[in-house]
Order: sequence, then C-alpha cells, then structure tokens
Amino acid sequence: MEILNVILLLFIIACSIAVALNKNLLSSVIIFMAQGLAVSVVWMLLQSPDLAITEAAVGAGVSSILLFAALKKIDAIRKKEEKAHEQTKA
Amino acid sequence: MSKQKRDAFSGLLNWLENGDDALSDQMQDTLSDDERAANVPLKKASAKKRKKKNADARRKKNENETAASWTDRWWYKLLAAALCVSLIALLLFAALRLPKFGGAETLIDSDLTRFYVEHTKVETGAMNIVTGIILDYRGFDTLGESHVLFIALCGVLLLLSIYGEKDEKLRLLADARDRNFEPKNDLILQCAARILTPIVFVFGVYIILNGHLSPGGGFSGGAVLGAGLILYQNAFGYKKIQRFFTYKTFRAVSVCALLFYSLAKGYHFFTGANHLESGIGTGTPGDILSGGLLLPLNIAVGCVVACTMYGLYTMFRKGEF
Repeated sequence: MEILNVILLLFIIACSIAVALNKNLLSSVIIFMAQGLAVSVVWMLLQSPDLAITEAAVGAGVSSILLFAALKKIDAIRKKEEKAHEQTKA
Repeated sequence: MSKQKRDAFSGLLNWLENGDDALSDQMQDTLSDDERAANVPLKKASAKKRKKKNADARRKKNENETAASWTDRWWYKLLAAALCVSLIALLLFAALRLPKFGGAETLIDSDLTRFYVEHTKVETGAMNIVTGIILDYRGFDTLGESHVLFIALCGVLLLLSIYGEKDEKLRLLADARDRNFEPKNDLILQCAARILTPIVFVFGVYIILNGHLSPGGGFSGGAVLGAGLILYQNAFGYKKIQRFFTYKTFRAVSVCALLFYSLAKGYHFFTGANHLESGIGTGTPGDILSGGLLLPLNIAVGCVVACTMYGLYTMFRKGEF
C-alpha cells in the first residue's frame, strides 16, 4: 500500500508540473484530467470514498470538459486539416 | 435581447473569426501574434467599428510591449522564481506540521468529534455520519454552497445564453459554429455512450438515494448525474436530449429544488438553528426511508447540482439548452 501511495503522489506531482510547463493547451487539459483521476484514487486510499466519487466526477470529468469547451470558444482547438489549409493559404 | 448585448456578441464572434491567431498557436509568442491579429482586416465590421477596433488593438499592443519590457528584466524572473520557491517552502512547512494521518493524538479525539460520532446516528437517523453532519448540523453551509453554484450558473446564463433570441442570424451562426466542432453521429462515442449512460445514471441515482446510508450524497450523485447528461448530449446531440431535458425542465427542477431546500432550511434557522426538526420521524437507521428530512434534501441537492453541471456545459458549448 505504501508503495502505491508513493507512486500515486509522485505521479500527481509530475502531472501538475507537466500541466504548468506544457505549451499545448489541449494536452495540458488532458494531463489535468489524469491528475484528477490519480487524486481520486488517493482519496480512496485515505478512506474517503465520497470525496473520491466527487473528485472523479468533477475533477476528472466535468471541469476538464468545461475547459475543453472554453478552449473551443477561444478557438484554441482546431482540426488538423483546417490548420494545414490555412497555412497553405497564407 | 437588448441591442447592446447583440452587438457585444457579434463583436465577439467577429473577433473569433478574424483575429483568433493570437490564441490559436497555443498562446506562445503573444506579441508577434497580436501584431498579426491587428493587421488582419476585419471583414464584416463597419468602418467606424474597424477604426475603434484598430485603436483597441494598438492600445493592447502598446500594453503588451510595456509588459514585455517589464518581464524581460532579469530581476523580474529572479523575483518570480524566488516567490515560487518560497511559496512551495511555506506549503511544505505547513504540510509537515499537519498531524499524522490516523495518529492517536490527532483531532479525532476532540470533544466535537466525539459528540458527532456519538449523537449523529441517534439524532438524525443517518448511518453515514458525514451526510448527517453536512445536511443537518451544518445544513446552512450546504445551502450556501448550492446557492453559490446556482448563482455561478446564473452569471454564465446572463453572459452566454442565446435563449429567446429574436435574431435568426445569431442562432444560425451559433449553430454553425457548434456543428463545426462537434462531430455528428460519432460511432465510437455513440456505442460507448449507449452502454455507459444507463450505468452512469443508475449509479448517480443510487448515490443520491443512498446518501444517508453509504458514502456519497447529493453533491457527488448530482455531479455523476450531470456528467451522464453531458455524455448523452455529446453522443446523441441536442435533438435527442430535448425529448426529456429542455430549458423549461432545467428551470423548473433547479428552482423547485432550491426553493424546497431554502424553505426547509429557513424554517430550521427560524426555529433556533439547533438541528433540523421535521414532522418526519428518523425511522430505524439503516432503512432506505429513514433519516427524516435527509433523503428529500439529498434529492434536492442532487437535482440542483446535476442541472447546474449540465447547464454550464451547454452554455459553454452553444448557449442554448
């Protein structure tokens, strides 16, 4: 159990650093999602299953989906072909 | 809708269509991108608007330049790094001073904890002490939380909603932008959603209804339900979900649930705020119909949270239910 805890905590630290340092906003959000899942497992190991359920639904699910939607609103996510098309046009 | 709001909205769309280079390249190298955005001619804007926009862009550019000269100084970077390191050190120091998890001399042994552990089951009839505390002794906090969620949603509705919009063009534009990004009838997503959605819904309802017996409660169950609604809408689109969840449903459910919660809690506050007295008995702890008002309150909170989660998502996606 101790080893699993250490691995999860190291994973969370690595994820949070990667979220901050990543240049691509989309992959940042995906890493944030992975971090939320790891945190929910840690809640489970700390014997608070109710928090684990909430974290899995809100931290890993809804909040990252809202971030995706916001990225879409500011046009930070685009299809690859569209981008290539624009580059050829320019 | 007022003309002012429509103008603001179309201005935003214009900006998104024409001057979005600044944000598209993952926001790196903002200065050069901003310059490019300022040079892009704005197609649809009138001459007056264009003039104003160019002035805005120039001002923005100037601001950016001053900011760049600021952030280029060596001491700025040094100070930022020092601030970051000291914050991390402070947090680590605080974390070291926390009582050991599961230790004998921790807060577990305080008077308050002992009171809760001894009395919650008898007084509220809840097997899950956490739910007993947050919906009964501390019910007022949870009421505030639900209202904060609802107020946040109201803000988003005011800003992004196009419900009841008279301008047909604006609706079509929002529709086109939505279809541009969301694939219709994605086979993998639909197959996964067909299996997952019922399970997610049943799990959410189970968490809400069983909140006073097992871990979970209104908030967690509501969040799971909201996530299920989002998944369903993503896979099958607006038409399918409008068969059972429209703006009217959303309005009725969330307002009724909040009103019920406020009335129950207001009554409780009015009568001395001791702990929630109700005509309903506590029943035998462990039964599904026990715990007095806890079960209805859990259902109310769950409805509010589920509606809020789904409402936030649709507002961000298209601005319409």
